Amino acid sequence: MTRKQKRLAIIGGGVTFIVAAVLLVMVAFSQAIAYFYVPGDLAKADLAPGTRIRLGGLVENGSLKRGDGMTITFSVTDTLDKVPVTYTGILPDLFREGQGVVAEGSFKEGSPVFVADTVLAKHDETYMPKDVADRLKAQGVNLGGKENIQ
Amino acid sequence: MIIELGHYALVLALATSLLQAVLPIIGALRNDHALMEVGTVAAKATFLLMALSFSALTYAHVTSDFSVQNVWENSHSQIPLIYKFSGVWGNHEGSMLLWVLILTFFSALVAVFGDNLPETLKANVLAVQAWIAASFSLFILLTSNPFNRLLDAPGEGKDLNPVLQDIGLAIHPPLLYLGYVGFSVCFSFAIAALIEGRIDAAWARWVRPWTLAAWTCLTAGISMGSYWAYYELGWGGWWFWDPVENASFIPWLAGTALLHSALVMEKREALKIWTVLLAIMTFSMSLLGTFLVRSGVLTSVHAFATDPERGVFILVILILFIGGALSLFAFRAAHLKAGGLFAPISREGALVLNNLILTTAAATVLIGTLYPLALEAVTGAKISVGPPFFNMTFGLLMLPLMLAVPFGPLLAWKRGDLLGAGQRLFAAVAVGLVVGSAIYYAHNGGPIMALFGVALGAYMIAGSLTEIFLRSGLGKVTGAVALRRVSGLPRSVFGTALAHIGLGVTLIGIVAVTAFETEHIVEMKPGMTTDAGGYTLRFDGLRNGNGPNYSEESGHFTVSQSGLELAEVWSSKRFYTARQMPTTEAGIRTFGLSQLYVSLGDDMKDGGVVVRIWWKPMILCIWLGTVFMMAGGAVSLSDRRLRVGAPARAKKQKKPVLEPAQ
Repeated sequence: MTRKQKRLAIIGGGVTFIVAAVLLVMVAFSQAIAYFYVPGDLAKADLAPGTRIRLGGLVENGSLKRGDGMTITFSVTDTLDKVPVTYTGILPDLFREGQGVVAEGSFKEGSPVFVADTVLAKHDETYMPKDVADRLKAQGVNLGGKENIQ
Repeated sequence: MIIELGHYALVLALATSLLQAVLPIIGALRNDHALMEVGTVAAKATFLLMALSFSALTYAHVTSDFSVQNVWENSHSQIPLIYKFSGVWGNHEGSMLLWVLILTFFSALVAVFGDNLPETLKANVLAVQAWIAASFSLFILLTSNPFNRLLDAPGEGKDLNPVLQDIGLAIHPPLLYLGYVGFSVCFSFAIAALIEGRIDAAWARWVRPWTLAAWTCLTAGISMGSYWAYYELGWGGWWFWDPVENASFIPWLAGTALLHSALVMEKREALKIWTVLLAIMTFSMSLLGTFLVRSGVLTSVHAFATDPERGVFILVILILFIGGALSLFAFRAAHLKAGGLFAPISREGALVLNNLILTTAAATVLIGTLYPLALEAVTGAKISVGPPFFNMTFGLLMLPLMLAVPFGPLLAWKRGDLLGAGQRLFAAVAVGLVVGSAIYYAHNGGPIMALFGVALGAYMIAGSLTEIFLRSGLGKVTGAVALRRVSGLPRSVFGTALAHIGLGVTLIGIVAVTAFETEHIVEMKPGMTTDAGGYTLRFDGLRNGNGPNYSEESGHFTVSQSGLELAEVWSSKRFYTARQMPTTEAGIRTFGLSQLYVSLGDDMKDGGVVVRIWWKPMILCIWLGTVFMMAGGAVSLSDRRLRVGAPARAKKQKKPVLEPAQ
C-alpha cells in the first residue's frame, strides 16, 4: 500500500465507525429515552399506549393500597390532577405518602392505570426529585418548606 | 484553634500554589535554574500545607467538634470512628478539600521523583499543576469553606448520610480521586509539551507510568463504587448508568485509550498529536465529572450539594482549563512533528482501532449524560436517558473491541499479519465455542446473545493468554525451557494479558448476571421457604436490635440445598434516628462466584414480611475482572522499562540541547 492508501484506509475506517456510532445514538435517542410528565400534563400529551414515560409528583395521602401478592397501588398527584399507579415489587426505603416520587413505566391499551416497573425516591428525607419540584412549581403548587430541595 | 490553623494552611497553600504557578514558567522561559527550582520547593510546600489543612478538618471530625458547621452537618458523636474519618470526605466541602489534597500530592510526586525530567519540562508541568490547584483552592475558600464555625455550637451533629456509613464508601472517594485527579499529571505534561513545542518518545515514557497509576486507581475506585451500590442500596443493581457514575466512567474510557496511544507513541513515535489531545481530553473529562457531581446540575442519588454559585465557579474553571488547553493545542499542534507511518494491519493499527472505539464509546456516554441537561436548558423538556440508551449504544460499540482485543498483542509493529494472528487464535476461538455450548447444554438453551457473550468472554481470556503461551514455546521445547522463557518476558506482557483477561472475566459476569439472574418477590411468614438458584431459603423470623446510631429489624434466613443446611443470612432494615432515615442492609451469601441476595420489604399485618430474593449467577466475576485489570496495571507499572530512572539515558542525550547556556 502506498502512503496515501494507508492513510485513506485508516481515515475511511474511522469515519465509517463514527458514522455508525452517530446513527446508533440517534436511533437510541428515538427509542430508548423516557419523557417526564406530571399528572396534569398527561391530558395534553396524547401518549400512545406502551410509550415509556416517567411520571412524577407526590404520593397522594391515603392512596397507598396493597393488593394481591406484591402488587401495590397508589396515586401520583400534582395536587390538581392524579393518576392511579400499580407497581409490583418492593418500594424504595424512602417511599412515603405525601412525599415526592418518580415512577417509570407505561399506560396499557385502554387503561387509565399507569403500570410502573421502577419507582424512585431519593436517599434523603427532605428530597423531592428536581423534575417533580420544578413541574409542581410551574403548576403553581405551593411546596412550602420543601422548595429548598437538593 | 486547630480549625483556624487548618483554614490558614489552606490560604497559605493557595499562596504557595500561586508562586508555583508563575515562577517556574518564567524560569523555564529565561532558563533561570533558581526560578525553576522554586516549582519543586513550592510543590512540596503546597502539599504539606494541604495535608495540614486536611488533617485539621479530620481532627474536627474525629473529635466531633460541632462548632464547625461541616462537622455538625455531616457527623454525629455516636457513629463508629471509621465513619467519623470518612465523614470528612462524605460531603461537598470535605470532598473538594480531598480533591485538592490529592492534586497537590501528585504535584509533590512529580517534584520528588521528577529529577530525571528535563528541567524546563518539569518546571512547566509543576506550574500547570499549580494552576489547577490554585483554582480549586480558591473555589474552596470562596464557595465551599469547610472551616466555617457556628457561633452557638450545637450539642449533637446531624449525622452522616446513612447510605454513606459504609466501609465501601469510606474508601471509594479517595481511590476515585487518586484516579481521576491523577490524570491531571498527564494533562500538565501535555500542556507543558505544548508550551515547549517539543515532544518525543521520551515524553510518552514519562507520561505512561502516571497514566497507568491513575488508571489503576480509577479502576479500583469505580469497581469499589459499583460494589458499594450493589450491596448497600439494596436494589441488587451494580451499575445504573447514573450521571455520577458516568462522570467517572468517561475519564476511565479516555484514560484507557490514552494508555494505549501512549504506547504507540513511546514505541513508534507515531500518534503524537493525538496522544497529546487525548491527555488533555482525559483530564478535561475528569474536570467535567467534578463539575457534574459538585455543581448539583444533576438529579441523582450521588449528588449531595447544590448551590448555583458553586456551579458557576466550577463551570468557569472548566471553561478556562478546557478552552485554554484546546486553544493552546490548536495553535501549537501543527508545530509538533508527525511521527512514523504504519500499515492499517499492524500493532499500531490495532491500537488506533482501540482508541477509535474507546473514544467513540466515551463520546456516546458523554452525549447520553449531557443530552438531558442540554435539552432541558434549551427546550425545557425533561427526559431521562437510562440503561436502555447506554446498553444499545455503548454495548454495541464495544462489541468489535472485545473481538479485536486478543488480536492486538499478536500483531507485529509496523506491518502485521492478520491471517497469522487469526490462526494463532484458533485455540481461543475453540475455547469460546466450547464454553458457549457447555452453557447451552447446562441451561437447555438460553438466550442466544447471552451464550455469545459468555463465549466472547472465554475467547478473550484464552486469547489474552495466547501470546504468553506462544512466546513460551510450550509444546516445542521442554517445560523448563518454556518456564525460563516465560519468566524472561517483560512484565508489561503479563500486565497486558492480565488486564485483557480481566475484561473477559468482567464481561462474563455482566452477561451471566443479566441473562440468568432470577428474582422472586414473596411474602414470607416464619417457617416458610422459597427456592432460588437451586437453593432453598427458609425464613426463620424477625429480630429487633440497636446499633450505635440506628435501630434495626433483621430477618433471619437459613439456606439449604437438598435438605442440607448450608448457611444463614441476616438481612435488615435500619432506621437512622438522627436523620429519621431508613436504609436497607441486604443479606448476601456467596456461593463460589455467585451470590444469593436477600432484601427485606414492608412488614405485613399478619406477621409476614415482603422479601425480595435474587440469585445472581457469576456476579463476582464483574469485580474479579476489575481486580485482574488493576493487577495488570500494577504489574505493568513495575516493568523495569517504566521504572523511574529508565528515561535517564534519553535525558543525558538531550541535556546539551536543552541547556546551551552552560
